[in-house]
Amino acid sequence: MSPKIPPSMAGQEPVEPGRPPMLDAWLRLRRNRLAVFGGLTLLIVVAICVVGPWLSPYAYEEQNLAATYGKPDWRHWLGTDQLGRDLLIRVLLGGRISLAVGLSATVVALTIGIVYGAVAGFAGGLLDAAMMRMVDILYALPFTLFVILLMVFFGRNIILLFVAIGAVEWLTMARIVRGQVMSVKRLEYVEAARVLGYGRRRILFRHILPNILGPIIVYATLTVPSVMLIEAFLSFLGLGVQPPMSSWGILIKEGAASMEEYPWLLIFPGTLFTLTLFSLNFLGDGLRDALDVRSSKD
Amino acid sequence: MVLIADGTALGKMPQAMLRFIRLRLLQSILALFVIITATFFLLRFVPGGPFTAEKAVPPEILRNLEAHYGLNQPLHRQYFSYLGSLVRGDLGPSFKYSNRTVNEILAEKLPVSLELGLWSLMVALSLGLTLGIVAALRRNTWADYLASAIGMIGLSAPSFVIGPLCVLAFAIHAGWFNASGWYFPSDRVLPSLVLGLAYAAPISRLARSGMLEVLNQDYIRTARAKGASELRIVMRHTLRGGLLPVVSYLGPAIAGILTGSFVIETIFQIPGLGREFVTSAFDRDYTLVLGTVILYATLLMGLNLAADVAQVWMNPKLRLE
Repeated sequence: MSPKIPPSMAGQEPVEPGRPPMLDAWLRLRRNRLAVFGGLTLLIVVAICVVGPWLSPYAYEEQNLAATYGKPDWRHWLGTDQLGRDLLIRVLLGGRISLAVGLSATVVALTIGIVYGAVAGFAGGLLDAAMMRMVDILYALPFTLFVILLMVFFGRNIILLFVAIGAVEWLTMARIVRGQVMSVKRLEYVEAARVLGYGRRRILFRHILPNILGPIIVYATLTVPSVMLIEAFLSFLGLGVQPPMSSWGILIKEGAASMEEYPWLLIFPGTLFTLTLFSLNFLGDGLRDALDVRSSKD
Repeated sequence: MVLIADGTALGKMPQAMLRFIRLRLLQSILALFVIITATFFLLRFVPGGPFTAEKAVPPEILRNLEAHYGLNQPLHRQYFSYLGSLVRGDLGPSFKYSNRTVNEILAEKLPVSLELGLWSLMVALSLGLTLGIVAALRRNTWADYLASAIGMIGLSAPSFVIGPLCVLAFAIHAGWFNASGWYFPSDRVLPSLVLGLAYAAPISRLARSGMLEVLNQDYIRTARAKGASELRIVMRHTLRGGLLPVVSYLGPAIAGILTGSFVIETIFQIPGLGREFVTSAFDRDYTLVLGTVILYATLLMGLNLAADVAQVWMNPKLRLE
């Protein structure tokens, strides 16, 4: 395994001495217009989803059967749904839920994946082979089926949703982290740490992991949209978040059911959801370039 | 991925290949066994049974029903008798559709899903490969940007948003297709396009980066220097190496298309396996759920294996590892 060139030397222009690599990556990221656009859009979406519901005069479950399927007007900016609920508050609150699921399930996947991959890569040998063979086998399982079964059988509660999604997504993370750990652990500074008599745990968590943060950050950014997709997929099938609670998946499902006459019920949540996924993917791509991570999965 | 560990000489290739296949086959059978066992016990330990959903069945009748399906026997007995009939290819009777076996139901639903999957795969491959190859050959031109834009759309716009929007635009407003159903050849178009588009995106990205990597190699420069035409360079020298990443992605892609059809079948009301699976899970139709899981798992693992074999076959470097 050839030693990795530190990110600060990979850029084209001469590097100012003493500029920390993370700052360097930040400067590169700022020059990537799509990534900046993605990041800003994401910030705005998150901000309005978090703050918006507090400012709204309506409650998300507040029905008004006299005003069902209302077109967008000055009282209901995005119109009302089949039960006369204000669509704006439902979209914003749904955004909160979808983003929260995306973040928390990513954290679950990240934690399992990092620890598993780091241990396998650092230990090497037989333990590594056994651990990675298990990942291979798990990879081949039809996980979507299991998630669906879990959600059908054990009431559709949101905690289980995090766990189920996180349990699917940690595999790729484990593979990436293992590969990175294996390439870093042969470097001289790790050798030096070993000579200094540091324990294995300290070397792994204090010296190796911080140096492979780049790929971890990049992959985490790209995991969030795929987790949000799974949540929406499950909610669309009626297995995720349950009404009257709201999530983007539910809103899209409800919107699709009545899109013929009332297309805005599908278009508003669909657009916002797609826009968010776009932003996350642009940001992730930009980070990948900025941190100079090669996209290898095995 | 671990392949054959010993440095087999070039001449013994087929044998090394056979060993690789045998190893993976063994692994798959083991995984399949784990899946069957896990699903079987998961189904038995969840609250509610196949007959609790209906209107209150008198306890005597419930007992009769359970005796009829062998549900009153000890769990391990049920498990082994299930495994026994499974070996003979018998997936048992359905709990929900009286007088129908799981085999019959699967035989009826599978072809529909397979057809949908096949069309979608063709859409994904033809669109993805064309975009990716053109993008790599015309790097940083409008064609490249168009390809990456389509790639981003496929990556970020989920099929359950694009699907209904397509129905709205092409079926309801334009009137070119039926909004749902699976009767006429034209009914295949929208579902396959929507499902295929999602996988065209990653395929085009992989094809683009793979092609670019190969196009930068010295031997391509040599071929150019020798005056080979652009077409010949692409066809003879670049495609095989450049498309390797796509081949290794085919396994996951096919898996995704198979499970992606859950949503597509729901949107377009296609009587396929995906919709049946979700319904059977809601109905607690144990045998049908289990049969569907086994069928999906077998399909997935078989296709993954095929993709891996194709990858090893196309890449001499891997054969030697």
